[in-house]
Amino acid sequence: MESTFEYFLEQLINGVTLGSVYGLIAIGYTMVYGIIGMINFAHGEIFMIGSFIALITFMILGIVGITWVPLAILIVLIVAMLLTSVYGWTLERIAYRPLRNSPRLAALITAIGMSIFLQNYVQLLQGARNKPMQPIIRGGIELMRQGDYVVSLSYLQMFIILLTIVLMAVFSLIIAKTSLGRQQRACEQDQKMASLLGVDVDRTISLTFVMGSALASVAGVIFLINYGVIDFYIGFLAGVKAFTAAVLGGIGSLPGAMLGGMLIGLIEAFWSGYFTVEYKDVAAFSILVLVLIFRPTGLLGKPDVEKV
Amino acid sequence: MADLSINAEKARALDMGALLKDAGLTAFVAFALSISLVGFQIKDASGGLQLITRFGDVAVVTAIAFIGRVLLFLLRRGRGRAVLISSAVLAAVLLLSILASMTPDSLPQAIVATARAVLPFGNVVLSSVMLIVLVVLAVRGYQVMTHSVHEMTMEERDREMDKVAARVQKISLFLGPLALVFAIALPFMPFADRRIVDIGTLVLTYVMLGWGLNIVVGLAGLLDLGYVAFYAVGAYSYALLAQYFDASFWLALPFAGIMAAAAGVTLGFPVLRLRGDYLAIVTLGFGEMIRIILLNWYQFTGGPDGLSGIPRPSFFGLPFTRRVPEGGDSFATFFGLDYSSLHRVVFLYYLILALAMITNLFTLRIRKLPIGRAWEALREDEIACRSLGINPTNTKLTAFGIGAMFGGFAGSFFATRQGFISPESFTFIESAVILAIVVLGGMGSQLGVVFASILLIGLPEIFRDLQQYRMLAFGAAMVLIMIWRPAGLLAHREPSIRLWGRDKIGKKAEVHS
Repeated sequence: MESTFEYFLEQLINGVTLGSVYGLIAIGYTMVYGIIGMINFAHGEIFMIGSFIALITFMILGIVGITWVPLAILIVLIVAMLLTSVYGWTLERIAYRPLRNSPRLAALITAIGMSIFLQNYVQLLQGARNKPMQPIIRGGIELMRQGDYVVSLSYLQMFIILLTIVLMAVFSLIIAKTSLGRQQRACEQDQKMASLLGVDVDRTISLTFVMGSALASVAGVIFLINYGVIDFYIGFLAGVKAFTAAVLGGIGSLPGAMLGGMLIGLIEAFWSGYFTVEYKDVAAFSILVLVLIFRPTGLLGKPDVEKV
Repeated sequence: MADLSINAEKARALDMGALLKDAGLTAFVAFALSISLVGFQIKDASGGLQLITRFGDVAVVTAIAFIGRVLLFLLRRGRGRAVLISSAVLAAVLLLSILASMTPDSLPQAIVATARAVLPFGNVVLSSVMLIVLVVLAVRGYQVMTHSVHEMTMEERDREMDKVAARVQKISLFLGPLALVFAIALPFMPFADRRIVDIGTLVLTYVMLGWGLNIVVGLAGLLDLGYVAFYAVGAYSYALLAQYFDASFWLALPFAGIMAAAAGVTLGFPVLRLRGDYLAIVTLGFGEMIRIILLNWYQFTGGPDGLSGIPRPSFFGLPFTRRVPEGGDSFATFFGLDYSSLHRVVFLYYLILALAMITNLFTLRIRKLPIGRAWEALREDEIACRSLGINPTNTKLTAFGIGAMFGGFAGSFFATRQGFISPESFTFIESAVILAIVVLGGMGSQLGVVFASILLIGLPEIFRDLQQYRMLAFGAAMVLIMIWRPAGLLAHREPSIRLWGRDKIGKKAEVHS
């Protein structure tokens, strides 16, 4: 069975779904790294908070009586994006802004501290047990059938892939065309020069965190409705893998983050499909090591020139 | 005069507008933050999840944010008296309600009920934290009022702290031995019970790990987020050697170190060319990989069940057991003591103290050797080093390997102390804690590591009753210390070598003048 094309197709679909989650989180990492040069280690927790807010919103909608699925998902997405961005904004404002000009290590330690803090904050408030949710989108289209073995693309997966594509397109447009995007890119290149030319650097950096958090919260929503179970600890591994994805794609590069996310998702899916599930994380990390050894700037990253 | 008063009036009026806007915004953010996760709790109930609302707590959070911001705003504008009075009043109310709700039996029911209602979140711990913050605010208010202190800028504060650190470094010649004497005497102090010695052992384990990692991060400047991997390799080496070859602790200890160093060199070799952040994430990946392998290699490592029955260390062949081995002595009978389970605890304490001191001594000495100097030079400027003929990869590799070796020693100590190990003990959080100890203490500072270990490991252990808030406070402490002093508490960079005699000449000149 493992050698059939159908099986391959199924793993491909799984991989792309997982890759969407990683890609959306990775964008947050790569943007923050691009603009202030720090690893925002707490970004995975923002994703986790996003998924918790989504679950709470789903439950409130259930109580209120809004059960038409498209509307419910739309409301959940909006609420999660708004409320999670506040977390991202606050994170930057309280923890990272005072350290903007400090050594890199200090910022990294702060980020790790924030990550521990947020994990325990959610654990304290929501309990340590994992929270299951009933699937809300059922059914799908049958792609292929061979005997009893059916490969289907569920509506849920279609929705996830579509949502990711739309979001990434909108997001790329924002970065490429709007004045906010221009300011963002200007700050990335030279903060001092940008501020001399009238760009509000603080505001731009805050907005970067807001955008990154909003995308991470969408990843949280996708994670929730696709896997149906969340706990306070999901942020760590997802965060690490997403960062791996960002590095793999070339940190600082937005298309790189999306590509890296997809690749990590695919590697994981195929590894679990064809080899062993247990070592899928080892596979992802090994790929990262290999890429870094042979192409240290990632797949789409710009080579960076060392100046003496 | 009239003009001035108008101006003053204007300033005050402006003040109020800005104040309300500022505080209102903060309160709004606090509301947006808390409405979701604080406002609703997902509870497991029979037949699915249930939502519980906690809007009261949201209101409290919002109010606290508003009041706190108002106080801070007033403090910044120099209104010391207002801050002093209002925060003192709030603190008094808070203190009374904490006291009243903690002693419910001796007071009338109505008073206790009111106190509980007034108490924010109905929670004594959080209220106490707020009380402390209010007292600090009141003190600041008083200082501003009497102009006894001016607002220090970040740089000024940094310089002040650097002076403190320099002084500490100067007196560390005395402070170090003093701390050592204290550490040696600790088990015999009148207040030292089993718990204190246990906490001391734990703190010393982290001191040793911190010193080991300090070689990698502090001296060589390599950011290692996967140090726990070597700790794990050391622990499993000893446990497996004991299981398969019946090796004793003393025999296995060097092997554990060698294994960990080998792991360090093997993992380090391909990746040490990478720049700081990349290296960090790759080492993090290695840490996770080793944990995953330990978790899944069921036949060899016992998987998630871990390894148990790891033999305890002996005192030169004398076991710390109640049952005396045949044809020999146990520790107690040999020295003619009554058997006490405390003997082993104290012995373990001294064992880790000795191991840690070896690490310390090694670090202090190797800093004076060419290789140690090369590490520090490499940390400062890699390109300059390369042009001077230092091979960066090899130099980094030695630092990585030696750091890993000490991690391995600490790991096998951990295994023999616990008697049971499982991959649970070697998660990323451990790496983060060890790195935090090194960085918070001030990179490269040996005393800083001790200080940070006591702060981060010792204090939370003592407050173990507040279990649920421990990690929360731990994370918050990491953030606050870094914001307050980004270079680390006792960071002070002194050149580790000067041109010979320069110091003396300087001193002589002073004497003459």
